[in-house]
Amino acid sequence: MLNDFLILMKSELVISFIIFLLLFIKVGTEMTNDRLLSLVQFLLLANFIAGFLFNEAGSLFGGAFTTNALMAFQKSILSLGVYLISLLFADWLKKSEHMPEFFMLMLSALLGMFFMISSGSLLMFFLALELSTIPVAAMANFDLEKKLSSEASMKMILSSAFSSGILLFGISLIYGATGTISFTEMPALLDGSPLQILAFVFLFAAFAFKLSIVPFHLWTADVYEGAPIAVSSFLSVISKGSIAFILLTALYKVFGPMHAVWYNMVMILSIATMVVGNLFALRQQNIKRFLAYSSIAQVGFILVGISSNSIEGISSVVYFVLIYTFSNLAAFGVAGVISQQTGKERIDDYKGLYQTNPFISWILALALFSLAGIPPTAGFFGKLFLITAGASRGSYFFITVAALNLIVSLFYYLRVIRAVFMDKNEQPIEKINMHPSTKLGMIICGAGIVLVGLLSWVYDYIVNLSM
Amino acid sequence: MNLTLLILLPLLTAVLILLMRNAQQVKWTALIGSTLQFALAFVLLFAFRNERAGGNEAQMLFELQYNWFPALHISFHLGVDGISVAMILLTAFVVVAGVLVSWNVTKMTKEFYFLLILLSLGAYGFFMSLDLFILFFFLEIAVIPKYLLIGIWGSGNKEKAANKLALMLMGGSSLVLVGLLGVYFGSPEKTFDLMTLSQLNIPVEVQKICFPLLFVGFGVFTALFPFHTWVPDGHSSAPTAGSMFLAGISMKLGGYGCLRVATYIMPDGAKEYADIIIVLSTIAILYGAFATMMQKDLKYINAYSSVSHCGFVLLGIGMLTKTAITGAVMQMVSHGLMTALFFAVIGMIYERTHTRQVNEMGGLLKVMPFITTVLFIVGLCSLGLPGLSGFVAEMTILMGSWQHPDWFHRIATIAACMSIVVTAVYILRAIGQTAMGPIKAEYANLADAKWNEKLAAVILIAGIIAIGVAPFWLNDLVSPAAEIIMNKVAGK
Repeated sequence: MLNDFLILMKSELVISFIIFLLLFIKVGTEMTNDRLLSLVQFLLLANFIAGFLFNEAGSLFGGAFTTNALMAFQKSILSLGVYLISLLFADWLKKSEHMPEFFMLMLSALLGMFFMISSGSLLMFFLALELSTIPVAAMANFDLEKKLSSEASMKMILSSAFSSGILLFGISLIYGATGTISFTEMPALLDGSPLQILAFVFLFAAFAFKLSIVPFHLWTADVYEGAPIAVSSFLSVISKGSIAFILLTALYKVFGPMHAVWYNMVMILSIATMVVGNLFALRQQNIKRFLAYSSIAQVGFILVGISSNSIEGISSVVYFVLIYTFSNLAAFGVAGVISQQTGKERIDDYKGLYQTNPFISWILALALFSLAGIPPTAGFFGKLFLITAGASRGSYFFITVAALNLIVSLFYYLRVIRAVFMDKNEQPIEKINMHPSTKLGMIICGAGIVLVGLLSWVYDYIVNLSM
Repeated sequence: MNLTLLILLPLLTAVLILLMRNAQQVKWTALIGSTLQFALAFVLLFAFRNERAGGNEAQMLFELQYNWFPALHISFHLGVDGISVAMILLTAFVVVAGVLVSWNVTKMTKEFYFLLILLSLGAYGFFMSLDLFILFFFLEIAVIPKYLLIGIWGSGNKEKAANKLALMLMGGSSLVLVGLLGVYFGSPEKTFDLMTLSQLNIPVEVQKICFPLLFVGFGVFTALFPFHTWVPDGHSSAPTAGSMFLAGISMKLGGYGCLRVATYIMPDGAKEYADIIIVLSTIAILYGAFATMMQKDLKYINAYSSVSHCGFVLLGIGMLTKTAITGAVMQMVSHGLMTALFFAVIGMIYERTHTRQVNEMGGLLKVMPFITTVLFIVGLCSLGLPGLSGFVAEMTILMGSWQHPDWFHRIATIAACMSIVVTAVYILRAIGQTAMGPIKAEYANLADAKWNEKLAAVILIAGIIAIGVAPFWLNDLVSPAAEIIMNKVAGK
């Protein structure tokens, strides 16, 4: 029993260990931020590597906690994202007085996500979801002297509380309709009765809040704009990724029998999300709001893949989240470095960036091309596989809308590219000196963007896990 | 020979360019790389002819296949037939000439050559792919370099032109994507493999949906009316080598795609929509020709005449006879060489006179005999003078078209023929105003072509004359492949 516990929950235990270590360091020692940052980066890297070792499938606590190779890989993607954040935002983190707290909060949220991915019952899922949300709201308030940051935090708290309420209501309805909260027992009891559909709608609305699916997206842009960029990137990549993973489990495993009901729902929401995200992104001036709307549009694409209810659906979504982690973190990383050193966050300020900072310009270009789905970047493969998975249901209309949205999204990504490479500027952003680990983070992201697509064994590996 | 060489060589060149320290090294690396491509294309041509002479009747030669994404039935499948070899040769000619012509680029030289070479990589890959997924992959690789080439190194209203081009081409490739997925899920077996798909009988109702998607999607690239509007803006704003690549290579991606993908795997769809294709391409031919008459800017003249000439390519495909399809491929090669040369000459003139307006020039023959002679040659090729490639190609298409005995095809053929007269009018007028007459004082001291420009022109002219004087080698290369496509259409 103890052995099972140690092996199956090893990723959660490692994270808890790091959190406690940071707590002791904070209380007991006078470590400088520099050394502490290096230590944390090392620990996070170790955590990422440990994610690939000793993975076994099994369940604990009467099925409330389950794990398998695919879940372990999903957790590894999230660990990778956290590691990259610790690299990319090194400059900002170093200046913060409360760096250990920041990491403690971020890792608590990550722990919550791990439990969420592994959850085997609705109760466990709800607890984990709360654990993954509340620390992030505190993180959003981390620029203590900025008003916008507190505002972002407040909005985040209120909207999460609201969505939690909806989720709990949905859970109680589904419990009333089926008499169980276990993910394994539920599918057999689902028959698509109106009460169950109602319950499902409430559950799905809660997911939609967290994933910022239209029309539940209104909090996204404000929170991203107000929160520190490191937190925005965590929200847009790691939070979204984890919710996408649990949505896969929920829709495919638990609500699989109701596929006919939720297919149309997902399709309509997906189209709305893509269209609204893209259209709003067109006119944004602030790079953080711009990335917020672009990430809403990306979620629309994830839904295209999710709608397929097949193995390709699982593998393409996991694959896309991996690619999205590299691409979006690279874009946020560049925005973060520039904002940190110059305070400039408008797209117009990026004009002529290539003349002074060729390296980060290329990283930004790679990231944006990957988000737009242009080959040879990995984003091309990610988007294409999502669309292929979605097309397996045979709706030409859906696929055509998705493909047309690719063009719209290209238009606004090119706007940034144009500012960086083509437009002239009297006073371009000066040469930026980056922390070495930021540079390392960008190189990892760049390499990921190029290689994850071209090296097909990454996708094969995910497909094998999804079987 | 191993076809991956043709992908690896540009890739290696591009990487080396990034590692170079100064502009001089970059230029020489690019030149050496593109010369090797040129040599490799000829090696491919001779190897191909040897195999065929040796009695190898396989449809595709030098095939190789690696599993790439086995879960989605995607394989890295390359192979060439006569049509591909012809297109690869064309690409090699244009690339080497483009590199030579851009010798004076001083702004961000490294990035410029990197993008040029990347574009050529996309084109080679596209012409060799036998898997629809990698074909699409290479098609899209070529879009962004064009955008950056125009937007950064272009002239005039370059940002708008670059945006228009990138979005229209992406729109085209989105249609292609939907069409490909339709074929993938609609065919009896889930596969992206072109050869397998051509053996399967794709249901007619799937063909009726997917053929127009694919044909229009690829058609955007090759200026299918009414999706040609990116052509004039894109070409006129692009830097010289950019226009050469756009018109010489990139527009041919579309024609090749229409033929190899749309028509070959969905012959029933092709028959269904052939009449519409003929109508649209005839409109493009005439509209392009008449629109050119109104132009004063040399680049616009060539851009609109490209719409007209590329209309011939689509007309040939729409006619669905072996001769016409052979002609369409020959027209792609011929027009690629010719238009690349035309843009090269325009670039040379513009560099010296700093204007492209025809009525502001005059008498250039006196100061730049070499450049103006080249202008004459390319103009005559464009209007279809026998002995040059344009005549051979357009004549083949028209002969193929005339094989249809009914009035509809006859009218289209006659209308297309008439455009040649219009072509003669605008070409002769433009050349006459540029080269003849009294020379303006400020142009009296202009220098003639330098070594790199001469070399580029000579290479392209050699290609044009080789096709014009001895068309049979190109015909022998292309027509067996065209016959296979036609047999498929005829249901044999």
